[in-house]
Amino acid sequence: MTDAQPSASQLDLESLAFDLVQLAINAGATDAEAAVSEGDEFSVNVRQGAVETLKEAGSRGAGVRVFLGQRSGSATSSDLTPDGIRQLVEGALALARVTEPDPNAGLADAAEYGVAQGDFHLFSEDVYSLSGDERIQWALRAEAAALGADARITNSEGGSFDAATGRKAIANSRGFVGSYQSSSASVSASALAEESNGNLQRDGWWSSARRLSNLETPESVGAEAARRALRRLGARRVATQQVPIVFAPEVSRSIAGLIFDAASGDAIWRGASFLAGKLEETIAASSVSLIDDNLMILPNGMGGFGTSPFDGEGMPSRRTVVVENGRLLTYLNNTYSARKLGQRSTGNASRGLAGAPGIGCGNLYIESGSLSPEEIIGGVENGLYVTSLMGFGVNLVTGDYSRGATGLWIEKGELTHAVEEITIAGNLAEMLKNISAIGNDLVFRSAVAAPTLRIDGMTIAGA
Amino acid sequence: MSHANPLPQSAKSTQSENLNARYFFTKFGVTNQLLEKCLAEALSRGGEYADLYFESVTAIGLGVDEQIVKTASQGTSAGCGIRVLSGERTGYAYTDNLSPERLLHAARTAALIASGPATHPVVGFVEPKLRDLYPVPLGGFDLDLAARLELLLKADRTARAYDPRITQVRAGFSEELRHILICGSDGAFATDTQPLCRLNVFALAKDGELTTKGSAGGGGRAGLEQFTGTKSPEHLATEAARGAILQLGAVTAPAGEMEVVLGPGWPGILLHEAVGHGLEADFNRKKTSAFAGLIGQSVASSKVTVVDNGTIEGRRGSLNVDDEGSPTQETVLIENGILKGYLTDKLSARLMGGHNTGSGRRESYQHIPMPRMTNTYMLAGEDSPEDILKSVKRGLYAVNFGGGQVDITNGKFVFSASEAYLIEDGKITAPVRDATLIGNGPEALKYVSMVGHDLKLDEGVGTCGKDGQSVPVGVGMPTIKLDKMTVGGTGR
Repeated sequence: MTDAQPSASQLDLESLAFDLVQLAINAGATDAEAAVSEGDEFSVNVRQGAVETLKEAGSRGAGVRVFLGQRSGSATSSDLTPDGIRQLVEGALALARVTEPDPNAGLADAAEYGVAQGDFHLFSEDVYSLSGDERIQWALRAEAAALGADARITNSEGGSFDAATGRKAIANSRGFVGSYQSSSASVSASALAEESNGNLQRDGWWSSARRLSNLETPESVGAEAARRALRRLGARRVATQQVPIVFAPEVSRSIAGLIFDAASGDAIWRGASFLAGKLEETIAASSVSLIDDNLMILPNGMGGFGTSPFDGEGMPSRRTVVVENGRLLTYLNNTYSARKLGQRSTGNASRGLAGAPGIGCGNLYIESGSLSPEEIIGGVENGLYVTSLMGFGVNLVTGDYSRGATGLWIEKGELTHAVEEITIAGNLAEMLKNISAIGNDLVFRSAVAAPTLRIDGMTIAGA
Repeated sequence: MSHANPLPQSAKSTQSENLNARYFFTKFGVTNQLLEKCLAEALSRGGEYADLYFESVTAIGLGVDEQIVKTASQGTSAGCGIRVLSGERTGYAYTDNLSPERLLHAARTAALIASGPATHPVVGFVEPKLRDLYPVPLGGFDLDLAARLELLLKADRTARAYDPRITQVRAGFSEELRHILICGSDGAFATDTQPLCRLNVFALAKDGELTTKGSAGGGGRAGLEQFTGTKSPEHLATEAARGAILQLGAVTAPAGEMEVVLGPGWPGILLHEAVGHGLEADFNRKKTSAFAGLIGQSVASSKVTVVDNGTIEGRRGSLNVDDEGSPTQETVLIENGILKGYLTDKLSARLMGGHNTGSGRRESYQHIPMPRMTNTYMLAGEDSPEDILKSVKRGLYAVNFGGGQVDITNGKFVFSASEAYLIEDGKITAPVRDATLIGNGPEALKYVSMVGHDLKLDEGVGTCGKDGQSVPVGVGMPTIKLDKMTVGGTGR
C-alpha cells in the first residue's frame, strides 16, 4: 500500500529533483541542490501470542538547498504538489537572503560528482512478498521461540517483523542527477527472564537484511533473545577496580563509531575532537585498522547496510582506510569540511532532506584479528566481558569515556556470573592505544561492525 | 512566511474560538462529515475504538557559527494518522495526503486490525473547554527573522567576550508551530496550536593542548519574549562559556559509591530516568517494569514527592491536550515516598481499569501514541542548599547533566554529569571531568536524606526518546542529597 500524492507510479524522483534545481536557478539561485525521497513501511508487533500493533504507511518529501553566491538557505516539505514545490523553493531563497556570506560555502567542482559504477544490490522485491498473515506469523514465531526456550522466560516484550523500501534522488546545478532504491526487512524478539526471587532481566535479539531470504529464522532470533536474557540472571555489582575489559562485538562496534565521529572533518576543523591535529600520527594500537567501505557487497551477494552508489552530496562512494595499523590516515570529509581543512571530500556527506549535509559513515568496521573470542576471554585472569552499554557518557572533545555497563565477570579465563549497575570509564585516546587483543569474529549485522576487543587500563566503578 | 507586525501581548485569544481551531477545516478542506466518515470506515471491520490525528507543522532553524549567520532552514509537513483499537490490538496507518480518498484508504487499512462486522458506532463530537497554557496570537507569531538572528548574534558576542580562551562559539535557534486536530469514535474532539522554541549555545575553550566544551540552552512554548532572565541569550552564552572554561581546570572524576548532592533544575533528569519511565502504564500493564505491582509501597524516602504536570504555563513539556484529545493534568507519582500512580493513556486506562491521566503522546502523525511524561519534578523540601552541602564529608556535587537512559525491566539507570565538583569536608572544591552516575530506580530515591527548599524547573531543553519516538519534556528538582550513589569516574 502506498499513499502517494501523486501516486507512486507517477512520481519520478529524479525528474522532480532535477525540476527543483531548475526552479531554484530560474528564481535567482546561483547554485542549488535537491533531495527527494519516498518510502513505504510495514511493521507488526506481537506480544503473548497475539497481535499488538500493525502499522502500514508510505510517505515522501523533498528538500532543497539554494545558494546566492556564498549565502545559502534550505527548506523541506512533504507537500509535493506544484504549489508546495513552488513554496519550497521560494522559502529556501528567502532564507538564503537572511544569511551572511560564508567563504567556504558552495557546491564542489562538477568533476567531483559522480556515481560509483556497478550494481550494488541494495533492493530486493521479496521484502514485500509475504502475505499479511505470514508477516504476523514471522513475529509470532520469533516470540514463541523466546518464550519456549526456558521455563525462566516468563514474559516477553514481544516479537516483531518489519519491512521497508525507499527511493532517494539527488540533483544539483553542477549537473549531477542520481537515484537509487533500497529495501530492508527485519525480525526481532525481546524476552524477559525471571529469577526465583522475582527479579526480572530483559534482553533481545534481531536479524535484518536487504533481502527477506537472507534473514535468520525467527526461531534462531527468539532463541538468542532468550539466551541473552537468561545469562543476565543473578546479576550483581562488583567492586570499584581496574581490570581488562572485553567488549563483545555488539558493543565494540560503538568504539568504531566513536573513532569515526572523532575523525569527522566537522569536529576536526572546529578543534572539537581529541583526534584534532593527529593526522598521520599513531592513535591506536598497531593491530587496529578502521575501514569505511561504502561499496561493500556482503557475502550473501547483497549490498551492505551502509552501501550506496553516491553520498549525500552526489560524490561517488568509495572505500576509505581511516586507520591503518594504528595510524590515522585521513579525516572524513564532506565538501564543506574538506574546504575548511584544505583537503578533499572523502565521499562521506550524509543528508536527510533538511538543512546542510552532515558527515556520516557507510560500512564502517574494525578489521578482524586472529584470536577467537574464547581465546581473548581465556587470556583474562580477572576482568569484565561487556555485552551492553547505557547512556551517552562520551565527550569527544576531551575523549573522556564513562558509560553504564552490563555483562559477565571473567575469572581465570572463564565467564562466570552476570554483572550490572556499574560503569566503565577511561579516556578514548588511551583506550584506543590499549586495545590489546582483536577477535576474528567480525560480522556485519548492521552498517557499523567490529570484532571482539580487549581494552586494558579502564576503571570499573561499582559497589 | 509572512512578516506581519507582532501582535501586542494582550492579544491573547481563546483557541477553541479562534481560527486556529478551524485550521484543518479552512486549510485542508476537512469537514465534520469527512471525519465521521473516516471514523466509521475505521470501525467497519469491528474495531472498538478509532481516532484520527491530524498534524501540520512548520519549523524554522537558524544558526550562527564563526560569527557568520551560516544556516537558515525551514520545513513544513502535514499528515494524518488513523488508529483502530480492538482489545489489546492496535491497527495504524498514516498518510501525508489529506484528500478524502487517501484518508478513507488509510482508515480502511487501519480497520483491518479487526475482522468482522462493525459493532461500535461513532459518537457525536463533544469539544471540551481546554486550558490555554501557551496563547498563540491570531494568525501565529510574527516571523521577523531579524529579531531571531539578534538573539543568536547577542549570544555569540557574549560567549566570545567571556574569556580569551573561548575559541569557538556556535548558537542555534529553532522554532516550530504545530497544529493538531484529534477526533475519536468516543466523541472526543480537540484542536490545539502548540508553539515551541529553543535557543542553544555551544562553546569551545582551549588552553595549551587542552580543549574543552560547554553548552547551554533554553526555551519553551512561548514566543520570543521568553528569552529574558535565565533564558536570555546573554545568560545562556555566559553559561556555555563558563562551562567550557571551568572544564579547563577539571580534575579526574572519582570512581565508586559516595554521597551525591544534585543541584536544582535540570538534574531532575534523575527522576525522569529513575522513576518516570518505569511508571509509564504500558510497561506496567505488560509487567515488564521494575515498578510493576509496587503501587502503595515505599519506593523512596518519605521526603520525596514526585509529580508529572503537563499544565504549567509556557513550559516545554506542557500541553493543553494530549495527542489522544484528553486534557493534561497534574499526576502524583510518588507521595512522601509511597508509589501512588502510573501515567496512562486511553488504551492503558481502559485495559487496566484506571483513570486516564492524559499522558498519551506521539512524535508525529506517523507514530502510535503511548504513555509519556510531560514535566516531571520533585516538590520542594525544607532544607537549605548550604546545609545540604555542609553535611557532606566527601562526595560529588553535580549541577548539570547531559543525557540519561534507563533499562525499564531491571530498573538500572544512568545519567551523565557535565558540570560537577568534589565536596570535601562540606565545601565545594575542584571541578571534575565528565562522569556517568548509575543507580537502581526502585532503590535510588530511598537514599534521599535531604531535600532543599529551592525547587527549580529546567530551562526548557529536554527531549525524551522511547521506542524511537522523541517528544519534548521538562524536568525539575530542588537541591537534594543522596546518601549513596555510584559515580563512574576513573579517579579515587
